Amino acid sequence: MAYVAIADRDHEIEHHDPTTFITKYVWSQDHKVIAIQYGVTAMFVGLIALCLSAMMRLQLGFPNSFSFITPADYYQFITMHGMIMVIFLLTALFLGGFGNYLIPLMIGSRDMVFPYMNMLSFWVYLVSVIVLLASFFVPGGPTGAGWTLYPPQAILPGTPGTDWGIILMLVSLALFIVAFTMGGLNYVTTILQARTRGMTLMRMPLSLWGIFMATILGLLAFPALFVSAVMMTLDKVAGTSFFMPAIMSMGENLSHEGGSPILFQHLFWFFGHPEVYIVALPAFGLVSDLLSTHARKNIFGYRMMVWAIIAIGGLSFIVWAHHMYVSGMNPYFGFFFATTTLIIAVPTAIKVYNWVLTLWQGNIRLTVPMLFAIGFIFTFTHGGLTGIFLGNVVVDLPLSDTYFVVAHFHMVMGVSPIMVVFGSIYHWYPKITGRMFNETLGKWHFWLTFLGTYAIYLPMHYLGFLGVPRRYFAMGDTEFMPESAFVLNQGITISALFVGLVQLLFLYNIIVSLKKGKPAGPNPWNATTLEWQTPDTPPKHGNWGDELPVVHRWAYDYSVPGYHDDFIPQNVPADATPATSEHGSDT
Amino acid sequence: MSEAVLTDTGNEVVADFSADKQTFQVPWGKAMMWFFLLSDTFIFGCFLTSYMTVRMSARDAWPVPSEVFALSFGGEPIPLILIAIMTFILISSSGTMAMAVNMGYRGERNKAFWLMLATAGFGAMFVSMQAFEWTKLIVDDGVRLWSNPMGASQFGSTFFMITGFHGLHVSVGVIYLIVVARRVRSGFYDRTRGNYEMVEIAGLYWHFVDLVWVFIFAFFYLW
Repeated sequence: MAYVAIADRDHEIEHHDPTTFITKYVWSQDHKVIAIQYGVTAMFVGLIALCLSAMMRLQLGFPNSFSFITPADYYQFITMHGMIMVIFLLTALFLGGFGNYLIPLMIGSRDMVFPYMNMLSFWVYLVSVIVLLASFFVPGGPTGAGWTLYPPQAILPGTPGTDWGIILMLVSLALFIVAFTMGGLNYVTTILQARTRGMTLMRMPLSLWGIFMATILGLLAFPALFVSAVMMTLDKVAGTSFFMPAIMSMGENLSHEGGSPILFQHLFWFFGHPEVYIVALPAFGLVSDLLSTHARKNIFGYRMMVWAIIAIGGLSFIVWAHHMYVSGMNPYFGFFFATTTLIIAVPTAIKVYNWVLTLWQGNIRLTVPMLFAIGFIFTFTHGGLTGIFLGNVVVDLPLSDTYFVVAHFHMVMGVSPIMVVFGSIYHWYPKITGRMFNETLGKWHFWLTFLGTYAIYLPMHYLGFLGVPRRYFAMGDTEFMPESAFVLNQGITISALFVGLVQLLFLYNIIVSLKKGKPAGPNPWNATTLEWQTPDTPPKHGNWGDELPVVHRWAYDYSVPGYHDDFIPQNVPADATPATSEHGSDT
Repeated sequence: MSEAVLTDTGNEVVADFSADKQTFQVPWGKAMMWFFLLSDTFIFGCFLTSYMTVRMSARDAWPVPSEVFALSFGGEPIPLILIAIMTFILISSSGTMAMAVNMGYRGERNKAFWLMLATAGFGAMFVSMQAFEWTKLIVDDGVRLWSNPMGASQFGSTFFMITGFHGLHVSVGVIYLIVVARRVRSGFYDRTRGNYEMVEIAGLYWHFVDLVWVFIFAFFYLW
């Protein structure tokens, strides 16, 4: 039985606008409001995690100078910093924030397909954040097990926060997964089933391809984290032995016996590696649109970019054990996982080449979003190259658990996605708020952040080569560590504190510009994608007024010869434009 | 079909994916249920893989399924008798569910309602018998979530966790079926655009829960 698409029966449906303050802004089912709720909550917890990293750096740069940072505190800061940044900030911001805002606007629909479930998704996410933050206030404080939560140490006395912290952490993760699943089902179904007339999958902006694939990865990878959270909670609360071998703790034999700690690592990284791409793929997508728009040039190799996203998504499920070369798993696994890891570098490199070739001979405008997008190419290439070092077993063994690893993953999935987050917030700020941000402040923010992060992470590679171990509270007197390592640590700390403070510029800019910014107009960047063609700015409930837009071309018709503008929006009919637009007239 | 040219399946798939507006010619709820079940498959997949891993890593003996899952009638133990009945009931419920979907599409509201109620009844019977099985293991055999007098403690842990998680799915399914069944009888789907797809969507979930049971049955009772 054929089913009539929403775009063809839009006029039959009555649209009800919310009327009260509560339904408009609090219990809102509008994807744009939910996106902002997600975004603000994510940035709020991100600021907490930033403060935690500042505390860690204070201790590492100037050991023994701060009596209020104990070793237990330090481990709790590490754990919470990592978990918040990866899951509660980046995943929530890219998918809950940008996904929610951009999906319906970019595909030309009025909202998500299940707005009520979308609203629930945010509120469950908020509960998971509250449960997580509550662990700061329980006896024993939050867990200090490291963000990977490896058992047996995660649930045994000796690790900070084994009374309550670890339980709250696991409960919070389970709640987050429930929230993500409700949102994720919405994103996938909306992209596949609720596009407007003319919007084929191969005409979608790459932002949506990235978000789409990342959501699928999330739906298939978070189950592993959910299962391991359930089993570890049982190990902790009910005394089961899923992950617990026979073990002696504090001089006593524990009742645990026969469990498999490596099983947890496999489950965790079966989630954890796709999680890297859950964060990276939306960044890849968004940055592609930023580069193309501000270089006034079509994205280079659109089809190849789409297939690269799909290939990376598929491969990301068979590389997980490259996080486990030193775990004691069967050494033959290392061969397989090193090979797949190097294979996944191929589609990733294709994407980097295509970004650079998009810039090639473009009419580059160095706006603030463009600066961040170009900054991303630098930091991502940099972090990607060190990834090739760590993906090979023999090189990984000596570098494992050193600052080289810290530098690698912060460059590739800390700094790089955050560059895209900033660039994208600046890029879509005029559409979300209707006002322009302060360009000068934005440029200061970029240069100080970009150079500052290099001042933080470049020296860490050197520390890693020296063999400085990560996750140590203080280095003490160690023979292999020269004086320079300690000086560098101080320098890194000063840079880190400075970069942290620079983010105040960003906050000041986006808050003050809400009121004081110049009115931006509907399409300040002269972009082609549908969200810039809405009848109102910011878009009203229902997005499109009376008529849904009709799409006639792909998302990248920039600088088409013979057309009076240097961009052709996706909803301009084919007969109004020159025939040279190769992707425009294929219907 | 209007596109008579596209006769072979490969071309139809290509046509669906290169279409505008929607990729699959199904309502939103059905597409969403498929994605949810895919995600849920990974949850059960992780649970069962973990079960196999800890069963192999456990040092103590694993109880023999045909002994521990046997019921005695007149002093004679019959292996796997209870679980055979439970499995039969659950598989039968898939049959009544499929008939309910058919009746829903034919517009025979009353028959669809009673068939769905029968399905929910089979589900409730399954959960009750599971409760009976748990009681036997806990009270008579002394198996606990954290220990097992017959050997490896992981037997109790994995068994209660995984069958419990599945039983939770069945229980949720029973409630879900009753809600949809009531709406079928009241004519709710005649008044809304939802049609009787909702019956089929509930059916998808139910068949999935049955299918998962086949794997749990094989891994716990036949291994």
